[in-house]
Amino acid sequence: MENTTKRYWRGIEELTNDAEFVKYADREFGDAPSADEKEGAIFDGTGSHRRDFLKVLGFGMSAVALAACEAPVKNTIPYLNKPEDVEPTIANWYASTFVDGGEYASILVKTREGRPIKIEGNKASSVSKGALSARAQASVLSLYDNEKLKGPQIAGKAADWASIDKEIISGLAKGGQIRIVTNSILSPTTKKVIGDFIAKYPTTKVVTYDANSLSGLVAANGVLPSFDFSKAKTIVSLGADFLGTWISPSEFAAQWAKTRRVSSAKDGNKEMSRHYQFETIMSNTGANADYRATYKPSQEGLVATALYNAVAAKVGAPTLSTSAVKVEYLEKAAADLVASKGASIVVSGSNDASVQAVVAAINGLVGAYGTTIDLGTPANYRQGSDAEMNQFINEAKSGAIAAVIFYNANPVYNHPRGAELAEALPKIALTIATNDRADETASLVKYNTPDSHFLESWNDAEPKKGFFSLTQPTISTIFKTRQIQSSLLTWAGLNADYAAYLESNWTSNILKAGKVQWSQVLHDGVYEFGSTASAAAPAVNLADATAAISKNYKAASDKLELAVYEKVSMGTGSQANNPWLQELPEPVSKACWTNYLAVSQKTAAELKLEQDKEAELTIGGKSIKLPVLVQPGQANGTIAVAIGYGRTKAGKSADGVGANAYPFISTVNGTLAFFNTGDVAIKATGEEVKIAQTQTHNTVMAREAVVQETVLSEYKKNVEAGRFKPEILTAEGKKTATDISLWNGHKYNNHAWGMVIDLNTCTGCSACVVSCSAENNVPVVGRQEVINRREMHWMRIDRYYSSDADVEDLKGLEVASENPEVVFQPMLCQHCNNAPCETVCPVLATTHSTEGLNQMTYNRCIGTRYCANNCPYKVRRFNWFRYFQTDDFDFHLNNDLGRMVLNPDVTVRSRGVMEKCSMCVQRIQAGKLEAKKEKRRPKDGEIQVACAQSCPTNAITFGDMNDPESEISQVLAAEKTGRSFGVIEEINVKPNISYLVKVRNKEREGKKAEGEAKEHA
Amino acid sequence: MSHVVSPIRETLVGGGRSYHDVTQDICKQVEGEPTKEWKIAFSVSCVIFAYGAYCLGYTWWQGIGVWGLNKTVGWAWDITNFVWWVGIGHAGTLISAVLLLFRQKWRTSINRAAEAMTIFAVLCAASFILAHMGRPWLAHWALPLPNTFGSLWVNFNSPLVWDVFAISTYLSVSLVFWYLGLIPDLATIRDRAQTKASKFWYGLFSVGWTGSAKTWARYEYVSLILAGISTPLVLSVHTIVSMDFATSVIPGWHTTIFPPYFVAGAIFSGFAMVQTLLLVTRVVFKLEDYITMEHIEMMNIIITVTGSVVGIAYLTEFFIAWYSGVEYESYCFINRAFGPYWWAYWMMMTCNVISPQLFWFKSIRTNILISFILSVVVNVGMWFERFVIIVSSLHRDYIPSSWAMFSPTMYDIGDYIFSFGLFFTLFFLFAKFLPVINMAEVKSVMKGVSSNYPFKKKSEGGKESVTH
Repeated sequence: MENTTKRYWRGIEELTNDAEFVKYADREFGDAPSADEKEGAIFDGTGSHRRDFLKVLGFGMSAVALAACEAPVKNTIPYLNKPEDVEPTIANWYASTFVDGGEYASILVKTREGRPIKIEGNKASSVSKGALSARAQASVLSLYDNEKLKGPQIAGKAADWASIDKEIISGLAKGGQIRIVTNSILSPTTKKVIGDFIAKYPTTKVVTYDANSLSGLVAANGVLPSFDFSKAKTIVSLGADFLGTWISPSEFAAQWAKTRRVSSAKDGNKEMSRHYQFETIMSNTGANADYRATYKPSQEGLVATALYNAVAAKVGAPTLSTSAVKVEYLEKAAADLVASKGASIVVSGSNDASVQAVVAAINGLVGAYGTTIDLGTPANYRQGSDAEMNQFINEAKSGAIAAVIFYNANPVYNHPRGAELAEALPKIALTIATNDRADETASLVKYNTPDSHFLESWNDAEPKKGFFSLTQPTISTIFKTRQIQSSLLTWAGLNADYAAYLESNWTSNILKAGKVQWSQVLHDGVYEFGSTASAAAPAVNLADATAAISKNYKAASDKLELAVYEKVSMGTGSQANNPWLQELPEPVSKACWTNYLAVSQKTAAELKLEQDKEAELTIGGKSIKLPVLVQPGQANGTIAVAIGYGRTKAGKSADGVGANAYPFISTVNGTLAFFNTGDVAIKATGEEVKIAQTQTHNTVMAREAVVQETVLSEYKKNVEAGRFKPEILTAEGKKTATDISLWNGHKYNNHAWGMVIDLNTCTGCSACVVSCSAENNVPVVGRQEVINRREMHWMRIDRYYSSDADVEDLKGLEVASENPEVVFQPMLCQHCNNAPCETVCPVLATTHSTEGLNQMTYNRCIGTRYCANNCPYKVRRFNWFRYFQTDDFDFHLNNDLGRMVLNPDVTVRSRGVMEKCSMCVQRIQAGKLEAKKEKRRPKDGEIQVACAQSCPTNAITFGDMNDPESEISQVLAAEKTGRSFGVIEEINVKPNISYLVKVRNKEREGKKAEGEAKEHA
Repeated sequence: MSHVVSPIRETLVGGGRSYHDVTQDICKQVEGEPTKEWKIAFSVSCVIFAYGAYCLGYTWWQGIGVWGLNKTVGWAWDITNFVWWVGIGHAGTLISAVLLLFRQKWRTSINRAAEAMTIFAVLCAASFILAHMGRPWLAHWALPLPNTFGSLWVNFNSPLVWDVFAISTYLSVSLVFWYLGLIPDLATIRDRAQTKASKFWYGLFSVGWTGSAKTWARYEYVSLILAGISTPLVLSVHTIVSMDFATSVIPGWHTTIFPPYFVAGAIFSGFAMVQTLLLVTRVVFKLEDYITMEHIEMMNIIITVTGSVVGIAYLTEFFIAWYSGVEYESYCFINRAFGPYWWAYWMMMTCNVISPQLFWFKSIRTNILISFILSVVVNVGMWFERFVIIVSSLHRDYIPSSWAMFSPTMYDIGDYIFSFGLFFTLFFLFAKFLPVINMAEVKSVMKGVSSNYPFKKKSEGGKESVTH
């Protein structure tokens, strides 16, 4: 059948089946070019298409828009082969060990994308127990110090390792006396390496000295004993700053805090140790003591014998015949020592073996050996011998030495005879230094073979006999450095692979025949089998000691004397180029970025010295110029100056900061004495030199709402003894101030984060301050900006001195007592529930979270600073300038290397925005996410904020107050009707941070007690 | 502009001026070549402005770290200057609005300059709002503008947001009021214009004013309405500014007396500033017949009254600090008077409380030189008042560890100088290019020949009050 369907055609061409037409039949527009064919023409400009117009326009717009944006990321290089363990944004933790200047801590190192960014304490160690000092916290920044040596050098010129090794080996082969000058080495394997080196070069001797020498203590006891303050009921310290700088302060602080922790719970502990401190300076430890009295350095030995005599009289032992010295509380201390026999401890900061012998004898009388002091577990923190070092310097001067290797030692700077050594160095043919930088000593040697930072190194440590820990690299060497152990092995002609050497030494000698796996120890960081405690007392020759003391000390002296001490932040100065430490205020003086001449109020008045005015100190022809700091509580007639400053070749942050006090260290009884009783002269120069202090008002102005304290006897009677509870008179009668509120309050259905800070166990050590800075990228602002009162610390430790003035005498209250009581109060954002900052921010940049946190949205902040003004605690910090990548603030964060320390989880704040404690919200979030992944709630203790984590004494408890099982909930439950209070709670901002009243174990004295007695009568 | 003048009142315009004389006197400043005095004054203010602009530019470039502020004292000269300028900016509205409603005819010859001063002062104040911000380029975030952050608004709880509303409302209302009042005078100048340029510009800004009876009637209605709108602003602006402090928790700030105390202080300082400026303008532009001794005396009386109110407020604060029993507030006030900033406190007391009391003596309040000096003294005192409130409260608040001192840097001072430069540059431009006295209104209070009054003129010139 014929197809009758109507047929339409588009044109004659179709009808005629024109060849040209058929070719393009499937196209709507015939032979017009198709989009496919012209693909690419859009961009090459060869042609355009109507339908591409919008495409082109769109591309052009976005190209212009993109070009207008700053490219924020540069030099990002993707992994070609991703390392197995490195997951972006996931932190890896490695156990390691920190050792510096005799200070030891087992640590955990947090690394992100392969770079270490934070150090925390390793709780697996029974030596350091997770405690970490400010200096250990800060050491991660020293890793990224751009001013370290970037490779080996010969005579100041860069060289390669092969040629330098060749030269050194040929130098050593020439023979002659070789010396390795070092500070205390805690590493048994390093000692073995040195042994191998000595086997190759038998003329080698190791000269060990310590800048903060304790050779007298070691000499008197035979070993450096282990101290355990946690077992003590009576603690007496003669100038030993054991909570701040003495031997192993974090370890001691943790022990000490155990004896100071009380609980208001019904069956809670209400006993405390009693702590007496006799000292010259106002030390961090003295500031925490219950009773404190001062003596002059020239009396030190006689104070020890006086204490001995007082104790001996009570226990019926023969007394020593030395001249009597009058020091307050000495009799009382003796009585307490005897009363708590077997739980007493006496420590002395003296480096004089005769004084330490007397102290050892006192400890013997009060039964300290076997309980609080253990000679069976000797510590290795200090092994230096002042005599050896003196002999070395003498030999060097006489030209008897052919070669010297300075193993991370800087005696030119940190030994009193450094200048003599510097002059003698050219007489030594072969001089080598392994110091990390061309410092005062290393810049004078021919060969610089820089050692790697401990975070780049393999090593081990034996802080105490039978307690071991390992150091493992957390990053490959940043610069062309080489571990000294490898260098020594190379020079000894052995295999330089120290990692293998270490492992083999451990498996064959330490790990007891393979019972414990090397990999397990490496994971744990510590390996401990301990040693047998000993109750033996050291044999001391009291007669000789007494004779020496009588010769070297005087019962009374009118002369001005100098005390030389260590600052908590700076120590011996080995980390002087660490801006975190430079800016860390000294716990007591609150001064940073310099050392200073500290004098008591009375002495300042007598010598016409004024705070912030420069003075020149001269002893025996040597003089330094430093500003004066008036220090309440220091012994009258003394000047105190800290070591660790006055570096000249440590780097930008350290050089020219303060003055070097090492040359003033004298020698008494053959050992270094950290004082000078020579002809001390001081003269004001008239120059004004401001000391950078983070706190300039020293007293609490009798504001009981700020710090609350009581004494133990009253606390035992009434657990709320120290509480200050203001009441407000209303129409309905008196009401507690916190019961009246305009606000409805917040509901926290999930978590309610909070913190409790125990003023009783906070020693003010400031480890939390550095920990916080490291965790939260808190910038360093430098001396001038601290003087301008603009330090950025989110966490600060307020320190108050007591005043003798009457409560009504407002002017008088500004003046501290001559020997004040001291209180430390960590102060950070209180995360108020009725936060004054939140209501005033015009742009809602600071708001309240559903978990009780007061949060800061940096992006939204326009910088009116209204919130900071309205903060009653003054914890908000403003970015006055751009602190990162600015030449004016060259504190390691001005270069790419230094910025590697930044925590990528925390925003780096720009100029013009406000910042403050976030309660480590990044850690809270990370902890919550981790729990969520495992479909559970976060466990108590799993989330730790940086400050709480780092606190050696666990004075800070952080946790979820909604979880009744959490530690914080239990503390608060116990202390709710006990010691817990909110700072200035009467203004009812309802802080989420509670403080616990400070309890002093002493009797009330003076005016206050009299007043109260009258009230009760 | 019909009105009735009590026959027993002193004439408000002296010198037996005719309507034509008024036009002539006022317009000649605008039309003539700038005088030598003006040139000198304007150059000086430009130099000050340029120096200030450098300082402000540096502040913006580097960050406000160049100021002397610190962690404890977060506001000092910036907000002191802000409040000071806002306070000064009060007199204009008060004179033109409140006095208009109260039919105080004497205000006519000073209201123009006072309003201009208000606007310039508010601009100066606004410059400190911007300058004090850490990130001034984000200042618009303080406005409730739609944005890409979802429903992110401003914090309506924050007094700073109230401030933004208060100041911007005040500025816009004042500007409209001032401009409206200028229109008839601009038309006068347009009509007399000799050059094309001035004809064009004054023509443009006089928006086709014809001077018909209907136009005048509308003009008066609008004036009255605007006066009605502005009057609450006189009270509200400084009340809100005071709430920046009053709603805080800081001792010395947290006090309910602030709103009336600040308003009184604002009027006090505003009148003093008007006095200062008019006494100068009067001499420079030879306007003694328009700004008469009566004006000066009236102004001095208001200064004394408001100064006394302020004085009572100071004493009340002290009393309450003691009476409340609040330890921190008591300390704050004792610290103000006897602490490290005692000098600022006593400066404030002397200048603001003691010095205006001298005006109880007629011989003093009619002495031009003393009036001038005291008007400056009052503004110095009022600057110190704000400084005392802000700095002495902040520098020692609750936690003694954070107590700190504030000392200004050259940029604190430079940015303050900037505001003077801005103010005087604008004021001199105004004085040259716009009629400093409201001709239309002044003419309305003159006793013209058409007035049917029975007394002989007793004017100094002895002439009859005259025709055009």
